[in-house]
Amino acid sequence: MRKKFRLLITSASAVAIAAVMGITTNSAIAGDGDKAASPLEEGKKLAFNKKKGNCLACHRITGKDMEGTIGPPLIAMKSRFTKEALIAQIADARAKNPNTIMPPFGAHAILSKDEIEKVADYILSL
Amino acid sequence: MKKLLAIAATALALGLTPLVGLQASPADDLAAFQDYFKKKFPNTAFEDYKNGVYAVDEASREQWEEMEEFPPYELAIDDGEKLWGKKFANGKSYADCLGKDVSAIRVKYPYYDDKTDDIVTLEGAINKCRTDNGEKPLKWKKGKLAKLSAYIAYQGRGQKIDVKIPNEKAEAWYNKGKHFFYAKRGQLNMACADCHVYYSGQKIRADILSPALGHTTHFPVYRSKWGNLGTMHRRYAGCNKQVRAKPFKAQSKEYKALEYFEAYMGNGLELNGPGSRK
Ligand code: HEC
Ligand code: HEC
Repeated sequence: MRKKFRLLITSASAVAIAAVMGITTNSAIAGDGDKAASPLEEGKKLAFNKKKGNCLACHRITGKDMEGTIGPPLIAMKSRFTKEALIAQIADARAKNPNTIMPPFGAHAILSKDEIEKVADYILSL
Repeated sequence: MKKLLAIAATALALGLTPLVGLQASPADDLAAFQDYFKKKFPNTAFEDYKNGVYAVDEASREQWEEMEEFPPYELAIDDGEKLWGKKFANGKSYADCLGKDVSAIRVKYPYYDDKTDDIVTLEGAINKCRTDNGEKPLKWKKGKLAKLSAYIAYQGRGQKIDVKIPNEKAEAWYNKGKHFFYAKRGQLNMACADCHVYYSGQKIRADILSPALGHTTHFPVYRSKWGNLGTMHRRYAGCNKQVRAKPFKAQSKEYKALEYFEAYMGNGLELNGPGSRK
């Protein structure tokens, strides 16, 4: 538990270091050296990665523990969201709720366009 | 990297909500703030907010109470007492600056000083005493300064926070702290209030968010994660970094104003520092 918290805290410097070293975080994190990873698998990794989506910090996703209780559980997504609406929600949640606590993943360049699409595909599969 | 910093600096648009209006007086803010928590946690007594997250999370409270039976900050208090008693090279001591009655010190801080138009924190006063007497200042976030602060806090336990805002210039400091508290910042775009007001009591990953009411009662704090004592401003910097915002320096104007605001919001709560937290 303590380790998790430290990761959250040090994530700023980790991102900075990755930027300095010119690592493209996409392949460094989502790929994980595993060339055969499917886009869905990549989306899942991005969603769970604490330096990337870190969706579990706030949302419950069935089958994972230590998830947060800040946002609504991400369940039955296909019946409630189109891919466009989901991408919009991830890219900038402020469009729907100006004072939201949910980070503007696209607007603040936390995730790239491509990464957001992969995360959205994964979330839609839930 | 540049991008990160640019976001940290520009994402300061105010996210104020109806909880406190921009024009409200400090007294109105105080009433609204304390009332908000009363309604949010109807089972938590006002007096209990000095216990931080344990005031709203029954599950982790027991573990914490066990920890407090053999408090991890005990040695630090002893060290602080020794430091307090040591004379400076010029023969003077902390008591000559801060007062002979150690139990009467903690409750005076933070306060607004008219002569300097500044907020005086306990840590600031300790280091000013040193430099006024020809000694080098101590490091702000941990170590000797935190130990001295812990000793003074321990001796001052049981008194109630009573922060005053005596005039308009003091109110300007208060407003600066208030804006800081409600402003979104960092790449993750979150305000102190997001985590410690609106979603207090909720889980962010495995951590339960403490209510902001009572944040200043028990500092400095021994955190298991740190493995030692840290001052209020060390914690502020940590919470800024979590949202990938550039932290300010300990005892910067920003953090002094923030401490002044947070302490004022806790008026009426008992001081019980130093504290221990996960
Ligand atoms: C810091 C907290 C936080 C993080 C991190 C976060 N969210 Fe959210 N999310 C929220 C909150 C709170 C809401 C509720 C709406 C609001 O307040 O804006 C929400 C709403 C949503 C919704 C709409 C849900 C519904 O049922 O209407 C979706 C979809 C969503 N988030 C997806 C994500 C994804 C995907 C990620 C990770 C890439 C993520 N969120 C990260 C806090 C967060
Ligand atoms: C992303 C969420 C988040 C944000 C934003 C945040 N904090 Fe925190 N803060 C935490 C967590 C998690 C903890 C540890 C659990 C607890 O005690 O709340 C914590 C702890 C604290 C503590 C120690 C509480 C205690 O009882 O010892 C203080 C004080 C504090 N935060 C103040 C602030 C201030 C001031 C800001 C804004 C500058 C801020 N936080 C922003 C998540 C956050």
